[in-house]
Order: sequence, then structure tokens, then C-alpha cells
Amino acid sequence: MNTRYLDITDVGIEFDTNGRKFRALQKVNLKLDKGEFVSLIGHSGCGKSTVLNIVAGLYQATEGGVCLDGKEVCEPGPDRAVVFQNHSLMPWLSVYDNVALAVDQVFRKSKSKAERREWIEHNLRLVNMEHALDKLPGEISGGMKQRVGIARCLAMQPKVLLMDEPFGALDALTRAQLQDSLMTIQSELGNTVIMITHDVDEAVLLSDRIVMMTNGPAATIGEILPVNLPRPRDRLALAEDREFVHLRQQVLEFLYAKQAVREPAAVAVAAVPRPERKPGPLSPASAAVPVSTAGEGPDNDFEAA
Amino acid sequence: MRDTALRTGWPQRLEPVIGRLKSGEWIRALVYPMLGVLAFLMVWQFGAGRIETSLGQFPGPVQVWEQVKSLGAEHVREREKARAFYSRLEERNASKLAANPDAVIKHRQYTGKPTFADQIVTSLLTVAAGFLIANMIAIPLGIVCGLSAGVYKALNPVIQVFKPVSPLAWLPLVTMVVSATYSSQDALIDKSFLNSAITVALCCLWPTLINTIVGVTNIDRDLVNVSRVMALSPMVHIRKIVIPAAIPMIFTGLRLSLATGWMVLIAAEMLAQNPGLGKFVWDEFQNGSSSSLGRIMVAVLTIGLIGFMLDKLMLTLQKRVSWDKNALLR
Repeated sequence: MNTRYLDITDVGIEFDTNGRKFRALQKVNLKLDKGEFVSLIGHSGCGKSTVLNIVAGLYQATEGGVCLDGKEVCEPGPDRAVVFQNHSLMPWLSVYDNVALAVDQVFRKSKSKAERREWIEHNLRLVNMEHALDKLPGEISGGMKQRVGIARCLAMQPKVLLMDEPFGALDALTRAQLQDSLMTIQSELGNTVIMITHDVDEAVLLSDRIVMMTNGPAATIGEILPVNLPRPRDRLALAEDREFVHLRQQVLEFLYAKQAVREPAAVAVAAVPRPERKPGPLSPASAAVPVSTAGEGPDNDFEAA
Repeated sequence: MRDTALRTGWPQRLEPVIGRLKSGEWIRALVYPMLGVLAFLMVWQFGAGRIETSLGQFPGPVQVWEQVKSLGAEHVREREKARAFYSRLEERNASKLAANPDAVIKHRQYTGKPTFADQIVTSLLTVAAGFLIANMIAIPLGIVCGLSAGVYKALNPVIQVFKPVSPLAWLPLVTMVVSATYSSQDALIDKSFLNSAITVALCCLWPTLINTIVGVTNIDRDLVNVSRVMALSPMVHIRKIVIPAAIPMIFTGLRLSLATGWMVLIAAEMLAQNPGLGKFVWDEFQNGSSSSLGRIMVAVLTIGLIGFMLDKLMLTLQKRVSWDKNALLR
């Protein structure tokens, strides 16, 4: 068996909610090379976040395991930094202090105070946020918050950067800007990245490989699509590119033809319980609406390019 | 936490105030409360005139105002007496020293009757001590309970049982325990002070404890996950994440706790004959002169005003400490 930089082997997980067993994932196998950018795509509730949380160490897999750089993952750690969807900055700390919290933790021993200061500012420069060091998260826009969230993760120098729908909550323009920033940073630093996304264009634009997941329960990896578009990639040029359009088509086909959410009941069943978050109010009205056209399931916020 | 006040400076902070003054909003802000108070005073005067008690007519605002003045005059007189006492003492000591430079000088404490103002100070000190004792226990314990579901489950029955207990039930126990364990003769802290303070602490422990638990339990899970990913040590986690996140709830608890403490204190002082406003009320009731009801009414209003000011004080403190400057606090 060849070992790669990040090795997810036969991972499965079963949640226990009020005595009812729920199998969310089954036999997930994925291997990443160093410096590779992989996207996870799939319908809502198929367990993408669960895969990410297992790699992060926030969940323990029921079976199988994850190895990073030759070591097994058992608990969360700064070598697997996570960018959460809703930025998750401490609202009581300034932009600078938010990044400092991570840097002081990771480089407490290896860097001097001045070096840490320089490192914090360097990372905030990387995401173009050096102008807002003293601002509180409440005083900056959503896109800026997510930039700071990314800077905080980059500053930890993780072996693998885990991104859970990092741009999902942003408007289309801001999202495009941040995608470009991320591409530039990733090509400079050579980070290994796993990113969860709902956005087909985003997946094709950013990834080296797109991992498409089947619907839950007991979700697993359906297909893996290599994206061999040359880098650096330019979103304007790619919009007309035949290869790009073809790749995009393949992802759409997987999501809407092979893994179409047909029955309304299936939508309800597919909702993975998320013990780490507070359950949102499940509106019974949305479950009752028949989904006539395949692909118009709730939460699929795909955009036309 | 940085203070926005420092960054913005005074001129900007005054701007909204000036704007409000210009717009004439202050008239409304002033007139309505004044109308309310005036209406209350009228109802009071009217109602009081119709109530005859064995101690004479129930005091209306005018009679109460008379008592305020009389209590003030009493205070001034008593201070005058104290000053006279000390100057006499000094004179005597000086003359003694003049006669014999090796004479042993005696310093005596003036032991006059405590005035109304003295009683207020005693009450405030007692409630401050009780409040401090309570929160030195409640906040750390609340954080531990909030972080650990096991500890919470273990302590919850105890909390639920002791929470509704009245101070009057605790008082005899506290008194007995204090007199049994705290026996030094001329101690720094008065026994009755300790009795009241501990009784207050036992009653105002719970609001802070419960609110701290709720605040800590409900920290945004994502923030906790960020902390786990950064592998923060438990102490750093508590200092940097848990306490700031729970501060709004902790302060809600502190405010409730201080209000409870103040109410409990008056009852404790009355029952235990501990010095303070409660004892003042009790003494006046026992005294039963024609001015007693008026004096008790002065105490009632004072208790209310001080309670109100204590809450305002906590609110100001909360606004200073809170990181969410947009939160509506009232």
C-alpha cells in the first residue's frame, strides 16, 4: 500500500442520536499528495463536513482512520487548521489579536515576540487585511472576516488546510475576489487543501481534483474528477474554455443526474445530524413541498456562470 | 479588549448628547418622568391623609421630607459631638504630655449612636462583602459546571434545592456557626457584620451561578472548535474564549445577584439586629414615636434609591466590559 501525504482509509462513522443509530459515512477512501488542492462536493447533508471534521480530529471515525504525514490523527491540532463557514472569529478580539491567539499558541517556543508580531502582520498582508489590524470583527464586512479567518489558519502553518464552505456565506463578487486570493496564496505557499463547496464553478476553478460524494445516509465517495487545467487559472479565460465547460458539465451531471435528490422524503432522511452544532429549526413546510424538477432540492445554491 | 472610548475621544462621544439637546428630545426625556413622579406624589399625599394608624397619620411626602431634614440635622449634630469629643481627648492628652513627657497616652473611640448615614454605609459595606464572597465562589464554580456536563449534573440537585431558600431561614444557622467558629475577642471584623455578609452571600450566590453556567454552556460551538483546533490549553481556553464569551450572561447574573443581595440584607439586618438600614427600620418601629413612620418611609425610599443606583453601577460596569458595543443593555 502506497502511503501519501494525507491518507484517509476506509473511514466510516455512525452517530448515536437519542439511542437511534445513524450511519453517516461508509468506506471513504481518499489520498492526497503534498500541495494538492481537493474539493469535496455533494448535496446538502451528504456528510462532506463530517469527512472534514474527521480529518480535523473534531470527530472520531467509527472505523478506519486518517494518517497525515505518517502520523495517525486522533485529536484536533493546529497542523490541520480549519476555516469555518461563518468565519468563527472571536468577536471580542481585534483582527490582530484573533490571529495572534493562534500564532502565540503555535509558535510560543520557536519564535520571539518580535518575530511573532512580524509573522502575524505578514499573514494579514497575505490576505490584504493589513489595514484593519485594530478593528473588531463586528466592524468589518463578511468577506473581510473570512479573509482574517483564512489568515489565522495560514499563520498556523498547517500541514493541511481544511476549508468548510469557506465562501458559502458571501456574495458572488466577494466570493470571486476571495477565490482569486486563495488561488494566488496557494500557488505561492503550496498548501495542501481540502475544501468543501456547493459551488460547481468554484470547485472546477480551484481544484486539482474534485471528489464527488453520493447522497447519505451511508454516503461515500462516488467519483473523483481530475482537473488538469493549467495554472495559473484565469476565471475570465476559463469561462469560454472547452475543457472547463466539459468538467463543469461532468460535475453537474453527477449531482443532478446520477445523485439527483428525487423524493422529498429523501431530503429529510439525508440530513446528517450535527452534534457539534445547535440544530436549526426544521421547517415542515419545506419537507412537504414536492421536488418536481431534479436538482431543485433545498440548499443547492448553484449559480449560473 | 480595547476601549473604544479611548480611540474615539471625548468630542465624538459628546456628539450624540449635544444632538439630543438640540433636537429638544431632552424635554420629552425629562418631562415624562417628572410627570410620573408628580402623579405618584399626589396619589401618595392624598392616600396618606386617609390612613390613621396608632402612631398617627400615615406620613405623606411633606412629613417624610421633614424627617429627611431632621435625620440630616441629627447626623450633623452627632458629628459635631464626635469632633468635640476628639478635640477634648486631644487637649487632655496634650496637657498630660506637657506635664509629663513619658505619660501613657490613651486613644478612645467615640461611641455615639450611629446616624442614618452611618447605617447606610454599614449596609453598603455588608452587601459589598456578601456580594464579593458569593461571586468569588459562583463565577469559578459556574465556569466549571458550564464546561463539564458531569459536574453540572452532580451539582444541579444541590443548586435547585438551595436556590429558593429564604435568607431568614439561613440566618439562625449562620449566626450559630459564626459564633461557634469565629471566637477571637476584639476581632477586626464584627461578628454581626459577618452574619449579615454570609447570609447575603448564601442568597445572592445562585443568580450568578446559574447565569454563568448558562453563559458558558451556550458558547458558540464553532468558537469552541476553533479553540480545539488551535489546541489551546484549558487555562488559555477559559481566559481567552470562555470568559469573554460568557461575560454578558455573567453580568446578567451579577446584576440579579446584587439586587437579591440588597433585598436580603435589609431583612437579615432587621431580624438579626445587625447594624444597618434594616436595624434602623426595626428600631424606629419599636420606638413608636409620632415621627417613626416618617422615618421608616425615608428608609424605604433610601433603600429603593440605593438599589437603583447599585443596578446603574453594574450596568455602567457591564457596558465598559462588554465587547459587543452594539448590544442594547438596559
